[in-house]
Amino acid sequence: MSNTQLWITIAMLALGTSLTRFLPFLLFPAGKSAPQSIRYLGRVLPAAAIGMLVVYCLKGTDLTGPAHGIPELVASACVIALHLWKRNTLLSILCGTVVYMLLVQLVF
Amino acid sequence: MQTRSGVRAALAAAFPHTIPIMAGFLFMGTAFGVYMNLSGFSPVYGILMSVFVFSGTAQFIGVSLLIGAFDPVGALVLMLMTGARHLFYGLAMLDRYSESGWKKPYLIFAMCDETFSINCTVDPPQTVDRSWFMFFVSLLDQLYWIAGTIIGSLFGSLLPFDAEGLDFVMTALILVLFLEQLKKEKNYLSAGIGVAVSVLCLVLFGADRFLLPAMVAILLLLFLFRPQLEKGGAVQ
Repeated sequence: MSNTQLWITIAMLALGTSLTRFLPFLLFPAGKSAPQSIRYLGRVLPAAAIGMLVVYCLKGTDLTGPAHGIPELVASACVIALHLWKRNTLLSILCGTVVYMLLVQLVF
Repeated sequence: MQTRSGVRAALAAAFPHTIPIMAGFLFMGTAFGVYMNLSGFSPVYGILMSVFVFSGTAQFIGVSLLIGAFDPVGALVLMLMTGARHLFYGLAMLDRYSESGWKKPYLIFAMCDETFSINCTVDPPQTVDRSWFMFFVSLLDQLYWIAGTIIGSLFGSLLPFDAEGLDFVMTALILVLFLEQLKKEKNYLSAGIGVAVSVLCLVLFGADRFLLPAMVAILLLLFLFRPQLEKGGAVQ
């Protein structure tokens, strides 16, 4: 690609990504109250969307590979258990990540 | 709240929530910079992308697009499809972002997965202005990402640290935010739908194609179970 073509492609990446982020706000501008069904979605979607994001984060887990997804499972369980116990965000994330790194670097 | 001390208080309140993202984004941003570097691009292009695109998924896919043949329309369509999950975030944040004045366009622009999750889940202390709080979460996150990109593009090949597995910090963060979101919910129906449908679609359609069908199915089920979700008062 020429430099101009690189610039245009990057502009398309920015445009496409921004469109998906701005679209709901353009369709339902503040001031004009959104339809009831959209406001309902605004209330119930956060939990479903973050739930979906959890799966999205773990989508690369390879259950058939040599590790059988054990590092992801153990580290996730570690995060959840620790967070339910101590409810300290940084501690939960730190321990989960260290456990995961140790498992993928040293064990599997 | 427009006073300088009010702004500083918002920054101070926002920063601790972004610490996991600092670790994650410095790492992922560096990985992206290295990837761009190894693909033969000058650091300018990677940095441009981190400033104007600011999406890990989009940018990593973007590198393969930049290497390939020139196809701007294809690039746009691919971004719309992989970015479609942002539509969910926007709908969820319509109210929250509505009263943030001049910060609103930036808040929407910078709404990556992690920033959305924090701004959606975390309530700042009552004394702190929410729009400034969300603004600083967004800005700090993007600065980490840009800093990582710069480090990776310039020095990536010199880094000696074995960081394999550090990317799990993002998964851990989202898991924690998910638990926090559950604490706010009166019933777990919506969260359960989100997880169950996504897992099902992941199995059915594979890792690269599950998001769109999952989103459609989640929307349908949320409307199907509207009586239960409204009656149970799923949300405060």
